[in-house]
Amino acid sequence: MAEEMSPRPYLRPITSEWIFRHPRYLRYLVREFSCLFIGGYTLLLVAGLKSLSEGRGAYEAFLECLRSPASIAFHVLALAFATYHSITWFNLTPKALPLQLGEEFVPDVAISGAHFAVWGVLSLALLYFAGAF
Amino acid sequence: MTRSNKPIVWGPFAAGGTLTAFVTPALIVLTLLAGLGYAPELLGYDRLHAFMGHWLVKLAAIAVVFVSLWSSAHRLRITCYDLGLRADMLVATVVYAVALTGALAAAVFLAGI
Repeated sequence: MAEEMSPRPYLRPITSEWIFRHPRYLRYLVREFSCLFIGGYTLLLVAGLKSLSEGRGAYEAFLECLRSPASIAFHVLALAFATYHSITWFNLTPKALPLQLGEEFVPDVAISGAHFAVWGVLSLALLYFAGAF
Repeated sequence: MTRSNKPIVWGPFAAGGTLTAFVTPALIVLTLLAGLGYAPELLGYDRLHAFMGHWLVKLAAIAVVFVSLWSSAHRLRITCYDLGLRADMLVATVVYAVALTGALAAAVFLAGI
């Protein structure tokens, strides 16, 4: 009897339908899914390092794999997701690194803008260093 | 006061989020170009083998691989929880183990270059 009387804790039902309740939840999830592509791409780089350590033949085979349609499709998707991650990450920097000069806070747009600028310059420098252009 | 392991988990996550935001898109462009038949000079076997042979580059590569995998693992763990998978301890163990194994593998392969 006492068992029936005792209040049972409310267990919130666990569902995934919240995702579709608002576009911002969907955007949040898209951002979170970027981890699959960034993590997957990093594992691909590790596979590349493995082939590089095994000699010229293995490395050429790795480059050949990069030419497969599946690899190209993965790269295009990964590039889109990684870029989305960068944009959301830099847009959040004013929240993570608020900067105060004297009495005033540096405007959000200046903090994220500086990050976007560094990202652009760094990406171009990396591509140039690698001989992409 | 109980000690929290959150900073240990969260530090590499923040570092990885920042690092991948800065360099991952450009890295993807490099291997995408190679896949499309316009391999950048650096990705040639001799150039890359010589470049990756430097100890400083090796250390940097291990750091990049570790924080990239760790931040992805941490995000995946949180996403699993958000999607209703509440076995957090199991998920955390699996994703962090994969991240550590990947970084360790990278270190072993780099040692052989």
